[in-house]
Amino acid sequence: MPKNPKILFFPSLGFIGIMRDAPSFRVSAIFISAVAVLIRLLTGLHSYSGAGNPPKYGDYEAQRHWMELTINLPVSDWYRNTTDNDLGYWGLDYPPLTAYQSYIHGVFMRKFDEQSVALHSSRGYESLHSKVLMRWTVVLSDLAIFFPAAIAFVAAYYRQRSHEERVWVLALILLQPALILIDHGHFQYNCLSLGLAIGAAAAVISRWEIVACVLFSLSLNHKQMSMYYAPAFFSHLLGISLRKKYPVLNVLKLGAAVLSTFALCWWPFLHSREAVLQVLSRLVPIHRGLFEDYVSNFWCVSNLLIKWKQLLPDRVLVQLAFVATLACILPSMLQQILRPSRRGFLLAMFNCSFAFYFFSYQVHEKSILLPVIPGTLLALDEPLVWRWLIPGALMSMFPLLVRDGLLLPYFALLLLFFLGFVPLRSFNPVAASSLLGGFVLHLTYLLLDPPARYPYLFEAFIAAYTFAYFAAIFLYTNYRQWSRNRVLSSTQKRKKKV
Amino acid sequence: MGELLVMAAIATCVKILLLPSYHSTDFEVHRNWLAITHSLPVDRWYVDETSEWTLDYPPFFAWFERLLSAFAAVWDPRIVDLSAGKNYASASCLLFQRGSVMVADSVLYLGLWSYCKGMAPDKRKLVYAVVVFSPGLLIVDHIHFQYNGFLLGILLLSLAALKQGKDLLGGVIFAALVCFKHLFAVAGPVYFVYLLRHYCSGPRRLRNFFQLAISVLGVVVLAFGPFAYYGQVGSASFSSPFLCTSKLCFQIQQVLRRLFPFGRGLCHAYWAPNIWAMYNTADKALSILFKAAGFKVNSTTAAYTGGLVGEFSSYAVLPSITPLITFAMVLSSLVPWLYKIWRNPQPSRVVYYITYAYMCGFMFGWHVHEKASLHFVVPFSLIAVESMDNANDYLFLSTVCYYSLFPLLYEAPEYPIKVLVLLLYSTLLWDCFSNYFSVKVDGKGEDKSKASRHSRTALGRLKSSYLAGMILIEIYGQFGHRFLFPQRLEFLPLMLVSAYCSIGVFYIWVQWFRSGFSIHDWSTLPPPKDKKFGV
Repeated sequence: MPKNPKILFFPSLGFIGIMRDAPSFRVSAIFISAVAVLIRLLTGLHSYSGAGNPPKYGDYEAQRHWMELTINLPVSDWYRNTTDNDLGYWGLDYPPLTAYQSYIHGVFMRKFDEQSVALHSSRGYESLHSKVLMRWTVVLSDLAIFFPAAIAFVAAYYRQRSHEERVWVLALILLQPALILIDHGHFQYNCLSLGLAIGAAAAVISRWEIVACVLFSLSLNHKQMSMYYAPAFFSHLLGISLRKKYPVLNVLKLGAAVLSTFALCWWPFLHSREAVLQVLSRLVPIHRGLFEDYVSNFWCVSNLLIKWKQLLPDRVLVQLAFVATLACILPSMLQQILRPSRRGFLLAMFNCSFAFYFFSYQVHEKSILLPVIPGTLLALDEPLVWRWLIPGALMSMFPLLVRDGLLLPYFALLLLFFLGFVPLRSFNPVAASSLLGGFVLHLTYLLLDPPARYPYLFEAFIAAYTFAYFAAIFLYTNYRQWSRNRVLSSTQKRKKKV
Repeated sequence: MGELLVMAAIATCVKILLLPSYHSTDFEVHRNWLAITHSLPVDRWYVDETSEWTLDYPPFFAWFERLLSAFAAVWDPRIVDLSAGKNYASASCLLFQRGSVMVADSVLYLGLWSYCKGMAPDKRKLVYAVVVFSPGLLIVDHIHFQYNGFLLGILLLSLAALKQGKDLLGGVIFAALVCFKHLFAVAGPVYFVYLLRHYCSGPRRLRNFFQLAISVLGVVVLAFGPFAYYGQVGSASFSSPFLCTSKLCFQIQQVLRRLFPFGRGLCHAYWAPNIWAMYNTADKALSILFKAAGFKVNSTTAAYTGGLVGEFSSYAVLPSITPLITFAMVLSSLVPWLYKIWRNPQPSRVVYYITYAYMCGFMFGWHVHEKASLHFVVPFSLIAVESMDNANDYLFLSTVCYYSLFPLLYEAPEYPIKVLVLLLYSTLLWDCFSNYFSVKVDGKGEDKSKASRHSRTALGRLKSSYLAGMILIEIYGQFGHRFLFPQRLEFLPLMLVSAYCSIGVFYIWVQWFRSGFSIHDWSTLPPPKDKKFGV
């Protein structure tokens, strides 16, 4: 029955072959994007980080404060402690592109609500109107960078796949709940740095190496966290270059692209060594410790048994973290230098970012977004990964999101994810029992009071539980990177049988 | 059943996400009813005036609120506190009330399921989707705040019973529905004629008639009886038959006075897109014309230039409308169909009868709310995929009616949401209907000759351009107006929306009205269109 729509959306329903007869991928992409925007707007109705919580509020206030700073102060003062810029109160600690983005959004905010970004007086400014405007800045950033990047990626990487499969994977990328909850609930602009990184990945896949270098440098200049992907880009592009006629020339060309993009971004600060160092000092948070709160990485989970912070001084911990991370990313890098391939590159992105998440210094819960993105991009090639990764990633951020007052959207988006993408029949006993375990932990966290001696006991439980998942996924994907055969998705299996 | 549950779960996720959105005064109204029914004895329910939001739904709904209030009292006692709970809208209150609407929606799903039992799987899924994802219900129930999904679920249960030939049950459920919300009584004549001719015919007609009459009366007595009873008990101490009767009358009168507030005027603050919206617009236009021509025009009409279109019942040029006129118009528009039902009552056509009845009530009724369009759009969705013409009409009518709900939500956070929800719904329906009808042609070859001519649902040039005009109206209302008339004529955008939508609703209504006269076979409804309107 060739006419029947392939069942991909709402697989348990087996009915919505969305846009089956759509004339092109573009029309379906518009439809999916509209759904994605709707979900983002709905999430945006809810609370944000630090809502109504003086004196320091949260990430929402930080972003607003940066808009206030950048539109009212000269560029030279953005990263410096001055009478008008108290670095102790949400000082700017992201690279210059974030500052420029804050400037543009600040101008937007000033146009519609002048008070919300007035110097000094706007601290902790919260109103329904300004919240709507702030939410719009994120949605517009998403539409400007993340959506086009995702569409370009799917068009490039899944060129050979069927129409339905491409639409499906695009929907998964755009409706992926972890990013929506952090950007449109908690309030951040990860869509920009991650979108630029996805764009860079799409360029790598299309073999537009210079574009890839420029986009990835921009991503790095928006959030230093994009560094998690750097080993993958570096090793893949190096591997490709080595196979060219003039390898050295090619490397130099790419290096020039990176350097000139950086120079452009840092232009206002390049006039003196001191200014550059001032910005750099803001970007490297050595003083913040090995980890904060309860993040599902190696240091935090092993800290339950080994008290790292008491055992070793910060300086040694930094070195230890560096060595451990390096050891973990080396296999992936090596693989890409020796045998660069498109799928291997995406797996390297995944593995390297996970290695950073596990072992690097000062990792935040939200950093799980970095592995989640390549895991989602690979959805059709590695069908096992995203199904385990996305719920796990959400769960690892659960305590954070509860603190933000995002309990309801958390559950709604999690449920929508399962209903929309995971077929009921895929629930084998292992999946079902792990789901049950996760559910019990959620309930425990919500309903029970932790013992007075261990106030963060349940956070630790959740971190340890999700760490076990992540570690298993990490080992599996490292294995997958070195193995040559592809995993067949169920639809392809069916195709083969026919 | 499984599919319905999955769809309901998806819809519930969206409803949960909508939880913090804007809610109208209806939220406080229903909270107050929880407090009234929980903290006062039954005989005080319709008398209490602690809050301005007095109980004005019939007794069954009050009992429904009583049931909810039992849970509310456990959840958060302040919700059901008559005085301390006033304007209480904390997170827990919000969660409880919004949650109660979501849970009450299960009646809608139950009704839907029981109506769709026995349908072909493809068709059933489509009907489920059309109802479950209705933006109208989302806007009115889950943003604006009301319990329409619950009430319409009862209506669907009644329709399901009638469709399956369980006439007595259908009639009783309908009587109960009217005792939940009396606005549903518009379909009363249709139910009466249908049941009289379908149930009370044949050899056992007398027995059936009395059975039906007693059951329906029983329901009404059950609803209004307690108020009569409490009226008598309360006045027993006076031991005077006169006082006793007067007290009884007082209670019943009090209930009725609350239910039928004729003092409220012909149109609601925002005109529902019905015949009276056109009438008001015409009056306004004529008065401007007359003024320009130099005639002296009644100046009281200036009342509605100060912002919102207020309660509007005095006309400058056209004759005023009384409740009796609206009543007569509703009834007379029903007459051709009533005759048709009288001649040949068909269980498979019941949904058409009811849809038409509510359409008439909406077009001509007194003080109709724009929300009442749900009363016919939701039943219509049950038959939306019966034929391609129905699908076309449904797509058109639901888009128009749901668009006319837009002014209910006027705050910034909900604006893009309502626009996107409607756009996505209409696109999805268009896509699903096209698929459904083209697959049907390929598959079984039913009505092949007809379907092969237009293999996709197409709205036709007239309707498409009308819908495109709607976009222009919206753009004008949102952006154009404030450039053209800054700070002036603030009623104009709203008036344009209701007048424009009323044309669309009227167009569909005329087709249904005409089909009441046609001797054409029922299977194509409305009758074949003129060539120039067609595809």
